[in-house]
Amino acid sequence: MAMIEAKNLWKEYGSNVVLEQVNIKVEEGEFITIVGTSGCGKTTFLRMLLGIEQPTRGELLLDGKKFPDEPGEDRGIVFQKYSVFPHLTVLKNTMLAAEFEHAPLLGKLFGSKRKQAESDAREILHSVGLDNAIDRYPHELSGGMQQRLAIAQALMKKPRILLLDEPFGALDPGIRADMHELIQSLWKKTGLTIFMITHDLAEGFYLGTRLWVFDKIRLDAQQVNAYGACVTYDIPVGKTDVKTFDNIDNSLDKTRKVLLD
Amino acid sequence: MKRLINRYPDRTLGAILGALPFILILIVYIMASNARLEENPRDKLLPSITSMTMAVDKLAMQPSKRSGEYLFWADTGSSLTRLGIGIGIAAIIGLVFGIINGAIPYARANLSPFITAISLVPPLAILPVLFIVFGLGELSKVVLIAIGITPFIIRDMQSNVMELPAEQMIKAQTLGASTWLVIIRVILPQVLPRLIGALRLSLGAAWLFLIAAEAIASTDGLGYRIFLVRRYLAMDIILPYVIWITFLSFFTDYLLKTLSERLFPWFHAADK
Repeated sequence: MAMIEAKNLWKEYGSNVVLEQVNIKVEEGEFITIVGTSGCGKTTFLRMLLGIEQPTRGELLLDGKKFPDEPGEDRGIVFQKYSVFPHLTVLKNTMLAAEFEHAPLLGKLFGSKRKQAESDAREILHSVGLDNAIDRYPHELSGGMQQRLAIAQALMKKPRILLLDEPFGALDPGIRADMHELIQSLWKKTGLTIFMITHDLAEGFYLGTRLWVFDKIRLDAQQVNAYGACVTYDIPVGKTDVKTFDNIDNSLDKTRKVLLD
Repeated sequence: MKRLINRYPDRTLGAILGALPFILILIVYIMASNARLEENPRDKLLPSITSMTMAVDKLAMQPSKRSGEYLFWADTGSSLTRLGIGIGIAAIIGLVFGIINGAIPYARANLSPFITAISLVPPLAILPVLFIVFGLGELSKVVLIAIGITPFIIRDMQSNVMELPAEQMIKAQTLGASTWLVIIRVILPQVLPRLIGALRLSLGAAWLFLIAAEAIASTDGLGYRIFLVRRYLAMDIILPYVIWITFLSFFTDYLLKTLSERLFPWFHAADK
């Protein structure tokens, strides 16, 4: 049985159709990158995986059961920004998951449990390369370091699924390459199932195992929201070539132009 | 020549420019006072600096003949106590209800319209009710201050909570936080510096309610004294008291600001 399955999934807001006829299956351990023009439902789909939006038609299943209708600890998230807590240092941001789990009343750990959480957090911070920033506050970190922290924070909870919503969109190209390396190696180490939304088609072509393109097949220039988007390309990474890249790029361009007009 | 909007005074000049209005008003006052006193040495409207100093000296440095108290300090003590308790109560109620309202949609639906309505009741209009219900003692004065500023603090805290990025709430939930844990670990610490900000903004209103209550029913306090000596046109007491109240207000504000910067460096650094 597939871990995640969408069966003829639709999402509409009134007469605006965002997604239509989405049919997909995802196995445990896949790393899926999602590209698409803004307004083509990538983020809506991610929000459904988070549990903060529900499909209006069809089904979204997790292990064959209906998807939970609120965020939970099995699904970690890294947003483009605001994913870390500004009032906590790097170490405390990372320890938070442990404190939530073991101190449901006070939300703070003491004594040996605290030491354990601290050493777990240090280990994870080491794996994302933040050893030297342990006692800094998020505002003292660069954008790339903040995203590393957001990833460390999510990993601390050991989720089954990690959702990344344009996590590197605001970063410089050089730093972005470092982050790709980091996320690839973390994925290999942990065997997580990862969904990553990106603006950058090239990113989707070499990261992960599978590339999805969200696009509108039917486009009405007078009424762009009459038809929704679906997964138009679902290709294994590695079997992609320049021609596919150009095809996708062209079709995304076409949609973008119609949506913007 | 640079445009005016691009020119900045250096530190010294800035300080001088800042002090200038104070010095000017002092000079104008002294001149006007001298002119009036020359015409009529018994004039009470614009007392000289000397007579004000003497009046303050009498109230602050010599025990009152009737009660043995140093009236100036006794007045300051009782006023600040009332103010402190009133603001303290408002802060606690405002924080609790602001967070509950901001964080829990059901609570917001239930309480928000009511609090908005309450905040529109003019506190001074219900002062007689407070006197009737709570008597003329300390309680009614403290309650007036609390009633006067609590609705503002609740509403301000509520909007502060709601302005925290939704991403943070979602993130906390994915890390396993319950509603309670989101409130005490994510929301509370982030709205505390904003609570201090709200208190600073409500200081002016708090003083207003304090002085009004003291003027109407009290036997001590800065507001009481001003309204008492008004009967004798004792401007030599009223003016120093007004300056003292202004100073206290300024100093409290400064203290709160410093406290906030000490306790919440991350908040003020993120501001810049």
